[in-house]
Amino acid sequence: MNRRIKEKIIEGFFFLNGIIVIGILVGIFVILVRNAWPAFHDVSIGDMIRWPNWNPDAYTTPTYGVLPMLMSTLMVTLGSLAVAVPVGIGAAAYLSDVASPRVREIAKPVVEILAGIPSVVLGFLGIVLVGPMICKLTGRYNGLNAVNGSILLAVMALPTIISLSEDALGSVPRSYEEASLALGANKWQTVINVKIPAAASGILAACMLGMGRAIGETMTVLMATGNAAEFPGSFLGPVKTMTATIAIELGEVAYHTTHYYMLFVVGLMLFIITFFINLAADVFFHKHTRAH
Amino acid sequence: MDNKIRMKARDVNFYYGTAQILNGINLDIFANNVTAIIGPSGCGKSTFIRLLNRMHELVPNARLEGSITLDGSDIMADAVDPVEIRRKVGMVFQKPNPFPKSIFENIAYGLEINGTRNKQFIEDKVVESLKKAVLWHEVEKRLHDSALRLSGGQQQRLCIARCLAIEPEVILFDEPCASLDPISTHKVEELILELKKVYTIVIVTHNMQQAARVSDHTGFFYMGKLVEFGRTEDIFTRPREKRTEDYITGRFG
Repeated sequence: MNRRIKEKIIEGFFFLNGIIVIGILVGIFVILVRNAWPAFHDVSIGDMIRWPNWNPDAYTTPTYGVLPMLMSTLMVTLGSLAVAVPVGIGAAAYLSDVASPRVREIAKPVVEILAGIPSVVLGFLGIVLVGPMICKLTGRYNGLNAVNGSILLAVMALPTIISLSEDALGSVPRSYEEASLALGANKWQTVINVKIPAAASGILAACMLGMGRAIGETMTVLMATGNAAEFPGSFLGPVKTMTATIAIELGEVAYHTTHYYMLFVVGLMLFIITFFINLAADVFFHKHTRAH
Repeated sequence: MDNKIRMKARDVNFYYGTAQILNGINLDIFANNVTAIIGPSGCGKSTFIRLLNRMHELVPNARLEGSITLDGSDIMADAVDPVEIRRKVGMVFQKPNPFPKSIFENIAYGLEINGTRNKQFIEDKVVESLKKAVLWHEVEKRLHDSALRLSGGQQQRLCIARCLAIEPEVILFDEPCASLDPISTHKVEELILELKKVYTIVIVTHNMQQAARVSDHTGFFYMGKLVEFGRTEDIFTRPREKRTEDYITGRFG
């Protein structure tokens, strides 16, 4: 009897832990929605999309166009993927198929350490290192722009992409590799034509998770992208992402104003975007594990 | 009558790290013959045929002594590209291992990586290979379906077709029927007998009846040594060695 009660208590404890995690998630969502809700009374969704800029402090009529920051976030994220995906898959292929066990033993922890660099440090590097480099290369005065943010976010997304892609490549059955080599393929032909396609869903999941990281990242882009509240003109112009807008403005906004509520709308949008990206990554990941 | 010798192993010793797997193997493989390698698990027979197309190099710490020749030239020489050897000496594995691609792509793959760009040639070759592997009539209407949807026996014949497409001279079969049902096994055996008219074949098998049915020569491996090698009819009716007799009559192994 005593034992059964003990079992029940332990079971209850773990159940509670599981519930807490779900509770936190639901709680965040509810708070976001409750605080965002009043915004829709003041500003219509149509206006949010139609207004060409985000100017809550305008003297006459403040505007709350979300497209510029959505566009900025999209540019910085896609820019970071353009760098991180090829480099990440290449590095993963190198680690899983070319590197000697000794190199792998050293390189894998190094990649994981990369994931532990505080984002503020990367932002700092963006200001003192990447920015000036961009200025030199392009002849511009200001190196704080979308390209700068993309490069830094690529560095942040790389550890996720490398280590998960490497796992995906490692789980490709050895028999595929043997079959390819026995047909007279060399190592690279085997990696490119057989292993990467066989690991595609796992690699896609890795890239999605890397993308999820890049979209939600705040401090790095805040420091490195210039934060001009205008519609982004080009990758070499300053941009102000959704995360940076919230981080900069929420500390100074007057409570329970339209501006305040609108910032929650932006937060809600981010929440929904990252939720679907992570969901997609999960779907691809399960597809991959089921395939092998 | 004996055909000419195509491959020759001389004083082959093979090690993984410090463990010696093969010990002083001398064996001739005759052209347009089926050579069967039999022996209990762990005797080194699979290891041996993997030497014949240098697949052993995939394993770190592998070390080889002695020589293996193909038509008189040493295949292990440093100057020889293993890729070249594998194009001449094809291999079919124990478990069917088609790529997770379509039936067509599985066969086209070997041609494409070898630099063939001509689409018509590839198409013709796919059809020809499937016909040679006696699989054509079963798959002609679904060439672009995933190869993984085929049955185990069909997958194994697809792997044979894939191997034939690159026109090897020697084909190595590593227990090709180990995971197949009796009917699929029968089809693969018939195919092997047909293929030996054109190719030289080496087959590793656990199944003694299979060795007796398909092979012209048989080598019996035991604990890393080649105990006896000779014409299959002699090995199975008048073995010279006591251990061979014990094994083929089922007294051990």
